[in-house]
Amino acid sequence: MYDAGQYDVIVVGAGHAGCEAGLAAARMGAKTLMLTLNLDLIAFMPCNPSIGGPAKGVVVREIDALGGEMGRNIDKTHIQMRMLNTSKGPAVRALRAQADKVLYQQEMKKTLENQENLTLRQGMVDRLIVEDGVCKGVVTETKAAYYGKTVIITTGTFMRGKVLIGDIEYESGPNNQRPSVKLSKHLEELGFELVRFKTGTPPRVNSHTIDYSKTEIQPGDEEPRAFSYETTEFITDQIPCWLTYTGEFTHKIIDENLHRSSMYSGMVKGTGPRYCPSIEDKIVRFHDKPRHQIFLEPEGRNTDEVYVQGLSTSMPEDIQKRLLETIPGLEKAEMMRAGYAIEYDAVVPTQLWPTLETKKIEGLFTAGQINGTSGYEEAAGQGIMAGINAAAKALNKEPVILDRSQAYIGVLIDDLVTKGTNEPYRLLTSRAEYRLLLRHDNADLRLTDIGYKIGLISEERYEKFHEKKRLIEEEKKRLENVIIKPTEEVQSMLEKAGGARLKDAVRASDFLRRPEITYDLLKKLTSPEQELPSDVEEQVEIQIKYEGYIKKSLQQVERMKKVEDKKIPSDIDYDAIQGLATEAKEKLKKVRPLSVGQASRISGVNPSDISILLVYLEQGKIARVSNE
Amino acid sequence: METDTIAAISTPIGEGAIAIVRLSGPEAIEIASKVFKGRNLTEVDSHTIHYGKLINPQTQEIVEEVMVSVMKAPKTFTREDIVEINCHGGLVSVNRVLELILENGARLAEPGEFTKRAFLNGRIDLSQAEAVIDLIRAKTDRAMNIALKQMDGRLSKLIQSLRQELLETLAHVEVNIDYPEYDDVEEMTLEVMKEKTNHVHHQIEKLLQTAKQGKILREGIGTAIIGRPNVGKSSLLNALAHENKAIVTDIPGTTRDVIEEYVNVRGVPLRLIDTAGIRETEDIVEKIGVERSRKVLQEADLVLLVLNYGDEWTQEDEHLFKAVEGMDVIVIVNKTDLPQQIDMDQVKKLAARYPLVTTSLIQEKGIDELEQAIADTFFEGDLNTGDLTYVSNVRHIQLLKDAKKALEDAIGGIEAGMPIDVVQIDVTRTWEILGEIVGDTVSDSLIDQLFSQFCLGK
Repeated sequence: MYDAGQYDVIVVGAGHAGCEAGLAAARMGAKTLMLTLNLDLIAFMPCNPSIGGPAKGVVVREIDALGGEMGRNIDKTHIQMRMLNTSKGPAVRALRAQADKVLYQQEMKKTLENQENLTLRQGMVDRLIVEDGVCKGVVTETKAAYYGKTVIITTGTFMRGKVLIGDIEYESGPNNQRPSVKLSKHLEELGFELVRFKTGTPPRVNSHTIDYSKTEIQPGDEEPRAFSYETTEFITDQIPCWLTYTGEFTHKIIDENLHRSSMYSGMVKGTGPRYCPSIEDKIVRFHDKPRHQIFLEPEGRNTDEVYVQGLSTSMPEDIQKRLLETIPGLEKAEMMRAGYAIEYDAVVPTQLWPTLETKKIEGLFTAGQINGTSGYEEAAGQGIMAGINAAAKALNKEPVILDRSQAYIGVLIDDLVTKGTNEPYRLLTSRAEYRLLLRHDNADLRLTDIGYKIGLISEERYEKFHEKKRLIEEEKKRLENVIIKPTEEVQSMLEKAGGARLKDAVRASDFLRRPEITYDLLKKLTSPEQELPSDVEEQVEIQIKYEGYIKKSLQQVERMKKVEDKKIPSDIDYDAIQGLATEAKEKLKKVRPLSVGQASRISGVNPSDISILLVYLEQGKIARVSNE
Repeated sequence: METDTIAAISTPIGEGAIAIVRLSGPEAIEIASKVFKGRNLTEVDSHTIHYGKLINPQTQEIVEEVMVSVMKAPKTFTREDIVEINCHGGLVSVNRVLELILENGARLAEPGEFTKRAFLNGRIDLSQAEAVIDLIRAKTDRAMNIALKQMDGRLSKLIQSLRQELLETLAHVEVNIDYPEYDDVEEMTLEVMKEKTNHVHHQIEKLLQTAKQGKILREGIGTAIIGRPNVGKSSLLNALAHENKAIVTDIPGTTRDVIEEYVNVRGVPLRLIDTAGIRETEDIVEKIGVERSRKVLQEADLVLLVLNYGDEWTQEDEHLFKAVEGMDVIVIVNKTDLPQQIDMDQVKKLAARYPLVTTSLIQEKGIDELEQAIADTFFEGDLNTGDLTYVSNVRHIQLLKDAKKALEDAIGGIEAGMPIDVVQIDVTRTWEILGEIVGDTVSDSLIDQLFSQFCLGK
């Protein structure tokens, strides 16, 4: 073993979590090292070549508002972008981009390499250096000892990864990368509870062998879109995706060969995600459904590989080929890579504090798929928070914990560390109780201040942000004071928009609250002196139109804050509290919630347990665990 | 957690051949053994029952013949040591037992304190505790049944089914939001949403209508018997009390000593007001009158207005009819055994809006009809089937009102053309509020529903 150097923050892994963690730490001024198994696979997308979607797309925007990289990177490297849920309310709109996989990686690698304070190294970490319960560094298989004040593990699905295709199985990370075996074992030896999860990916086919005439085109939006609030240049030459369907014969082949699927032969031991079932799962669970959608997604501009979304499977290769033949457009498709299932170890995330530091070992953080999540965005969202908090710890700064009313990232991390997960965790909009506050359009308004405070947002960007806020407030005020009279122009506009006639004069803001009136229409009647940027117009419209609902959500947040502010001392002795149900006691001892609010979200902790806990806290009758 | 030992009479006062005095707390067994002559209660097994006599340790005087159950913590209702003393029913004996226990170290329990302890010791959850609290207060069989049914989960079953209905709707909206690319999941429209919310709204309204009846069932219907002197109020009282085993409660310390009697008429609990007044004054013609009746009317839910068949119609009768205007009234024309003097046309005219019953209480005639009229007045014919769910708990009523309000917000949002995901905020809130009633607010069930209802994935 040799001394390979001293750092503030060491990041193990350079996937989507690792990249954000490394960049955030380095940008905060921490001397940061990133170690990866393979420098050619930085920010690699082993599954969907896409970023964003409902909830996930909002996370990308939140990362951007905090000064992270994912949004900027995909803005530079996508092949198409779409705004989803445009027919619904503002709270659930979200961007999704199809990525050029290779460009995405190259661009991210360039950013990492150009980042001050950041060192990139290739190497397999076998174990941690732990002294007296504190993590001091890592040791690679080549016997290099890197010392760090804090360490973040972001090893994704590599820990004891095992690939399964039909009856074939072999130890491997995703895409036939070397798995990380020793680290997983080492974590177990250190006393961490691990859980076995499973996920899967569909086959890839050669674009030249697809008959697109039998499919439906799925183009990107014509309007230029971007995730990052900083992006000013937009990609215009977009590449479409294509839609086709499975059919009767697809289902017949699956039915007949179910016993050959790794998942159904009993070879797969890990728990798979329900929201991301394999095609065989879908056929078994929804047997009466005559067809399932299949999206054909190009993996990039300089490759012929096409991702067959909807056909994730662990069937043997020969069956996969036969399945493809039954799908319109893919009858002659050449399979370039077979789909597979992958099993891996994940850390039970209730072993983490909300900062993503482990409770067991001080200075050790984990982020991303290793914490039981799935998805690039979920990984990146944890990555940036772990990077921020690991750097904060190394630099003696205050940690940052986002709450459930501030960000989807806050929902994600609170869910993980409070409730844990018994399947790979995916963010859904329904997981957020304050969905109307956690919008795609206001991520910057929610989080830029925090990003600026920790040093991840530049002065220039912060000034622009303040200007935007000023314009929004000014315009809202203006609309409060402008009066719209029932003139002929107004009445005919209302008629055309399908609304009722105006009886009396109203404030412009009230006029905008009518369902048929948009800000664009209102502008025709009364416009500000200077044309406003479209994102300011959007904010004005949303904030006025949904004011009542937003206020109601804010009131709920206020109520939540009351229990959230009731802190629980970290050395509370739950065993000494009489009347707590045994299950509640066990759960509380395990999760060690920081507040009564967090405690109330633990499954198995009932309202009566919370009442008892409150009674104890109120009376100051808290027994402390002695320091033995 | 609690250090003192509490005691109270835990059976309804005045009812039954056996009454129970219950003790709970760390000294329950010790206190009981001090006054118990029989086996040494500090040495007996838990959950055993023992025959013996209660004695006053100072005077050695025998107070009662009893059966004593000893139940040791934690497998008890309060999770504390509990002793239950079974003694003879009737106010006097049970009060003597309670006094003896209190003299020897126990403290009189506050209302609901056993339940409170059970709750604080983690024995029961809030919703059960509330049902138990109502159970304790239940004054009649029917109210008792409601409390029991609630614990059985009859109400909770109904609420659960409403929640499931909302949940499926919510999951449908969620799947549209989280998986917008799935064109084979049909879009949940505002019209469908409106239909669903209207339906649940209607159901909640129905439940709330039962709430009023639930309250009356629990507290008894304040019933006033009024009429001129010598029309047979006392006989009516006796007839009702005799048939239905009256419970007499004394409420001392109030400004006037009101005596109320509880009778259960065909499942309808009547709280007869000022029975003492009736009994005292019936014979003393001078003291009675309309004045006293007026006072009684103030707290009455139901009025039994008694007229004399064998006497002429008077101005006073007219006054009484005026006094009860707008109330639930049953008009009783008593003493049909006497030759008719009263002008029945006049009676029928004034009593047109009220049920009219003719009785001869002396000959025990017409009592059945009267009881039926009482039951009809309260149940409106269809309520005593026994399988209706009542909401009788104040907290539940409040939550149902909140849920109703949230649904109205949702319906308002639909009418204002709000997008479905915004409308959903209020529907979700409804679902959560209903969850509070049944003690289930786990939000993960929405996600479970999502994945069991729809086929999604890559």
